[in-house]
Amino acid sequence: MKQTLLRLGSPLVTFAFVLLAWEAAVRLFGVPNYILPDVSQVVTALYRGYVDGEFWPHLFFTMKAMLLGYCAGSLLALILGGLLAEAPIFERFVFPLVIALQSMPKVALAPLVIVWFGFGIESKIVLVALICFFPIFINAIVGLRSVDPNLVDMMKAFGCSSLDIMLQVKLPHAAGPIFAGLQIGVVLGLIGAVVGEFIASTQGLGFLIQNGANALDLGIVFAGLVSLAVIGVTGTQLLRFLHARLVFWDRKSATSVAS
Amino acid sequence: MMAHAAREQMQDMASATTDRNVPAVLLERLHVTYATAAGPIPAVADLSLAIEAGSFVSVLGPSGCGKSTLIKVISGLLAPSAGRVELNGAPVTGPRPDVGIVFQQPTLLPWKTVLDNVLVPLRARKAPREEAIARAEEMIALVKLKGFERNYPFELSGGMQQRVALARALIHDPPVIVMDEPFAALDALTREQMSLELQRLWSHSRKTVLFVTHSISEAVFLSDRVIVLSPRPARIVKDIRISLPRPRTTATMADAAFAAACDELRRQLYAVTGAGER
Repeated sequence: MKQTLLRLGSPLVTFAFVLLAWEAAVRLFGVPNYILPDVSQVVTALYRGYVDGEFWPHLFFTMKAMLLGYCAGSLLALILGGLLAEAPIFERFVFPLVIALQSMPKVALAPLVIVWFGFGIESKIVLVALICFFPIFINAIVGLRSVDPNLVDMMKAFGCSSLDIMLQVKLPHAAGPIFAGLQIGVVLGLIGAVVGEFIASTQGLGFLIQNGANALDLGIVFAGLVSLAVIGVTGTQLLRFLHARLVFWDRKSATSVAS
Repeated sequence: MMAHAAREQMQDMASATTDRNVPAVLLERLHVTYATAAGPIPAVADLSLAIEAGSFVSVLGPSGCGKSTLIKVISGLLAPSAGRVELNGAPVTGPRPDVGIVFQQPTLLPWKTVLDNVLVPLRARKAPREEAIARAEEMIALVKLKGFERNYPFELSGGMQQRVALARALIHDPPVIVMDEPFAALDALTREQMSLELQRLWSHSRKTVLFVTHSISEAVFLSDRVIVLSPRPARIVKDIRISLPRPRTTATMADAAFAAACDELRRQLYAVTGAGER
């Protein structure tokens, strides 16, 4: 009980301290609010945005792009990762291409994606999918490949089929690394959504932030940043929770493999 | 109660399944050569061995001599380069239901409970669920893990994990059990206790056991027959009978005959490895 309080309370203390220092600095040094707004200004912007309702469409836009893109990207990553890990021929033909794509910064593809998929939500979905794909893909391969060969031998010796081995040994073993990839994917996917909105959009938190910055209304900018952080933290924590629940036998694999 | 029932059942099965005239395990002029980047490496060369049904035979040899290769060939995981491998008179062409295997590591699936781990061989055969579970519970009781059915491997000690592996190897009631240094990863005391346990299980079921080890005293304690292999490529250099009375106990280990058998085997092993004076 005391431990839990300490665990939950400690970060809150840090937060409070940062906010206090921020507010104090703005007041003490008389920082103009087009450089750094004070805390109350950000709170006001958040309040207005979410109570008067102006922010909701933007939040939903970003979350929708994020959810759809993330689901598509991770599903594709799992399927292709599974194929690549299991079929050596596939690896020989496809892996070089994958490596080439992976070493390219995916945000550099954003303008191209906008040209191909338009200014609407489609281009953001594609960007999210594209960016969150790789860590999940690579981790799926690493996970499936790092199975203990003794376990596979054991299954074979006891007469299990390849399908049994896949479902009962390889997949559960890969679950740890896959979850680590999924966690990284959340944060990366969010980058994709925001970059897409920066470049060309009339909606979304990225658009909101950019608009606020153009108008030198930093209260809105910070309100947008806070909203993004909340999405990111919620997504990551949700996955961390699922990870601990589903991959209960291995707490160590909670740390990432490909980061 | 449960253990008793299981015991009786196993005795019945043992007497029903084995034909005493056909060797349970037959290796004839067996060659196994591994292809490596640096060229072929012979692991087993011209090895012939017949193990009679119901006997406990240990294979003793220096590390890296090809003992595990032998296990893989007999369990159908590895095809020999040349020679014949037969179990109960039928050639081995792949993994078979009439062999149970215990590996050096427990090789339990970490995401499955003790019960589900023990069930693996029966699930692979699509055995009826109710029967399979009843049988698994019997086996778990037999290896003295009653009450741990719902636990996960990471909640068990090394010795307990290896007992689970033993229950798994026995569940489909194979007439032949091969064991690849099953107690090598355990501490000395647990190891000795597991030897006693194994003797108890074996004396009730009288299955044919091929037991690979590099512990001389373990081999002598458990076996009817101990086979000493040469360094790679493995050949048989010595085949001795151990006729110590059964059941053997910890007192047996203090027996002069026990010491003499150990001494002879040790001499053989030192001779084949070319190690210096003792």
